[in-house]
Amino acid sequence: MLDVKPGSNLLFEGPEWSFELLEKARDAIEEIALKDLGLNVYQNQIEIISAEQMLDAYSCTGLPLMYQHWSFGKHFARDEALYRTGRQGLAYEIVINSNPCISYNMEENTMAMQTLVMAHAAFGHNHFFKNNYLFLQWTDADGIHDYLAFAKNYISVCEERYGLDAVEEVLDAAHALQTQGVFRYGRPPKPTAQELEAMQRVRDGHESARSLLDIWTDTTLGKSKEGEHRDEPFSARRKSLNLPQENVLYFLEKHSPILKPWQRELLRIVRMLAQYFYPQKQTKVMNEGCATFVHYYIINALFSQGRLSEGAYMEMMHSHTNVVLQPEYDDPRYSGINPYALGFAMMRDIKRICEAPTEEDRDWFPDIAGQGDWRAVLRNAWANYRDESFIQQFLSPHLMRKFKLFALVDDADQKDLVVSQIHNRAGYKEIRRALAQQYDLAYLEPDIQVTDADLSGDRRLILSHTVRDGIQLEEENKREVLRHLRTLWGYDVCLNAVETVVES
Amino acid sequence: MHQFIDRRANPKGKSHGNRQRFLRRARDNIKERVDRSVRDKSIQDGDGVAAEGEKVTIPSKGLQEPRFFHGPGGNRKYVLPGNKEFVVGDAIPKPDGGSGQGGRKASEDGEGNDDFSFTLTRDEYLEILFDGLELPDLVEKSTVETETIGSRRAGLTTAGTPNNLNLVRTMRNSLGRRIALRRPSAQAEADLKAEIEMLAGLPSPTEAQAVLLEELQTRLDALQRKRKVVGYIDPIDLRFDTHVPEKIRKSRAVVFCLMDVSGSMQEREKDLGKRFFLLLHLFLSRCHEHTELVFIRHTHVAEEVDEETFFYARETGGTIVSTALDKMREVIAERFPPQEWNIYGAQVSDGENFGNDSVQCRKLLLEDLLPVCQYYAYMEIVEEDADTVLNNPEAGDDLWQNYRTVKAQAPHFEMQRVSHAAHIYPIFREFFLPRIKGGQNA
Repeated sequence: MLDVKPGSNLLFEGPEWSFELLEKARDAIEEIALKDLGLNVYQNQIEIISAEQMLDAYSCTGLPLMYQHWSFGKHFARDEALYRTGRQGLAYEIVINSNPCISYNMEENTMAMQTLVMAHAAFGHNHFFKNNYLFLQWTDADGIHDYLAFAKNYISVCEERYGLDAVEEVLDAAHALQTQGVFRYGRPPKPTAQELEAMQRVRDGHESARSLLDIWTDTTLGKSKEGEHRDEPFSARRKSLNLPQENVLYFLEKHSPILKPWQRELLRIVRMLAQYFYPQKQTKVMNEGCATFVHYYIINALFSQGRLSEGAYMEMMHSHTNVVLQPEYDDPRYSGINPYALGFAMMRDIKRICEAPTEEDRDWFPDIAGQGDWRAVLRNAWANYRDESFIQQFLSPHLMRKFKLFALVDDADQKDLVVSQIHNRAGYKEIRRALAQQYDLAYLEPDIQVTDADLSGDRRLILSHTVRDGIQLEEENKREVLRHLRTLWGYDVCLNAVETVVES
Repeated sequence: MHQFIDRRANPKGKSHGNRQRFLRRARDNIKERVDRSVRDKSIQDGDGVAAEGEKVTIPSKGLQEPRFFHGPGGNRKYVLPGNKEFVVGDAIPKPDGGSGQGGRKASEDGEGNDDFSFTLTRDEYLEILFDGLELPDLVEKSTVETETIGSRRAGLTTAGTPNNLNLVRTMRNSLGRRIALRRPSAQAEADLKAEIEMLAGLPSPTEAQAVLLEELQTRLDALQRKRKVVGYIDPIDLRFDTHVPEKIRKSRAVVFCLMDVSGSMQEREKDLGKRFFLLLHLFLSRCHEHTELVFIRHTHVAEEVDEETFFYARETGGTIVSTALDKMREVIAERFPPQEWNIYGAQVSDGENFGNDSVQCRKLLLEDLLPVCQYYAYMEIVEEDADTVLNNPEAGDDLWQNYRTVKAQAPHFEMQRVSHAAHIYPIFREFFLPRIKGGQNA
């Protein structure tokens, strides 16, 4: 059963997989991925895991070396309950942005699924991780495992030294501010030589260097600055504290008056991981679209080479079709726009525009219409865009008609929702703009910044929430997060809502 | 370039630490639910706690992970797929509450108002159920432990009996020594012999060949001598496994379940009794390696029966409680010597007893049973609406009164009244809460 008949060109027959077959399939996929599509991937490390291990990986945001925290246990318990009662299946794979690129494949997968999953994750996602500018600029694929190992170890040492409760308190608070723990626009200020040294000491073993640390920690650095600027006006204070600061966790790590060095390191760990995941949040459509496009192309290429049986091909296409299903808004299955469906359709559409453009396409996409080399166009898109800019740039009228997109305006003051645009000539641009905005994290996530903290005065921390379109923060959660914030700051904290009028 | 790794054999339970932290965090909530679950528990199913664990549902409050996110309201715009008949300007009534993305975002985290359900393993369940409870009388009298002698591996020695020879270690030493002392191998000897044979077999050896033969012969002698001197296995190579005797402590417990099954004990009373026995059994099996149950039922005569008969068989007759106590004494004398067994007694009755028998019961308890028991609990089941009796420990029938005098003299004797299934668990906890006792067995 496992052995392919002599003379046959098939990679495999039957549903059972073995490591030899996987290697054979991998080589065939690699051939197409690198030579035909021109992908550029990290070395792959494909790990076969059981369902239980997949649940483990789920609960820890996919990272194999995550530190321990009760919330991961909670997620595990929930996922396990859903899985055991059959209300939720497990993913076929999980892939990690690291070098080598680790992907986890489930042992339950059939050989056809293993092949599909390899093409999808080990080549599609992998290429995206290695080439997209956000990942290149903001994440460190080479160092992430070492960093995670350090973080896990550091936190468990802290738990031993300071107790579970003390560590949990800081981590809970830091987790609550996770979305406010990333640099969105500018790169983080480079640590000074002194700060680097202090960090190094903390890592090398804080016990021996503790007394020295007191001299070198950021608090004391902050304090000396604070002394200099004691009588200077507000603007000087803002300058010294690097205000306004969008990265709240960073600000607390550097300037909180009460945190101990180990607590600062915990904040740092949480914000480093938040920053590591930030590109993934901004590229859901592109990342999944890229992987889906790649697996679709490779599977079809393998099939046309006669290397897949019809049965295997049908199985893969069945799965593929499920993945890219986009239910319409009034379908009970509808739960937002499916990133797989949108990304895949847009990339296929780019290929179509490059190869067989219509007049309309020539008007809309003069640069790429009829350009022919769709591979280069796609590789360029994968490398240089994120969801928001990708949609803004590449969503074609053709696709808007295919998805039958329409825009709704929801004004809290109005009784009804109003259809503002539909997929016609008048609406294309506006729908595209609105859809792109739906993927703009800067728009989706509340804009909260630290605006002032008088370290030499009452030490009250002042944050401001820039309200856009009258959308306020959810009250109960806001109260809870502020409570956590107070724990980390040690003094009074207030959050002001600042209304802005954005003209559209 | 690309490699595969099989991780399936890796140890499971990687998230064990996370789970422990989660249970610790939610402990109070879980405890409350577990307590409630045991109160409402149907005890049709054998031993009460399913082996695969117990499902508990706790309120998600306290387990929330708050975040800043947008609430409902404001001015928003959505793009949706699948337009069929809308044209610009159409108005659509808002769905319930008009909540938009804010609402959806909240539920994505599983943090709606829904309760949080998950499964506790049997061990976790019992751990939480009996949290804070303690075996009675541990302060004054340690639990009875039997000591058996077992043996434990204790490394290697150079002397021992052949059956304990550790071949691997012996051969490792032998090989090392042979290499170090350059013992010629059997192969080298065979080669040399073959060469000599070849030379010796020559019909007319030249002079050089004769010299070579001579030399080879000397070399063979030396080689054979060396092989003899450096033995294949030398006594210094020998290693033997050793075992040392070890005392293994085991505590065994026997629980006597005594129940009145006369006509006055109906389904309800038996059910309450069963719940009590069940809890007791679960609790004690956590404290001892080995727990046995003895069921004694009585009407005007007592007999030892199996569990099925104990709870479900019907019996009619009068009520003489002392017969059960007497039976218990007999069984102890026969099968459970108190120096080897921790003995617990649990008695359930509706409080009725024949004539003057209660005095006899008191005597039996004080003189025969309590001195050998670790603990004795008496639970009296009263009518459902008998609040006055329930709350007044001084009121009661003959048996209750007599037992009160027993309690006054024996601190490891406990008595309680129960009318509802919901009372069982709190009373059980009360029985086993840690307290300072003055056991009379000291």
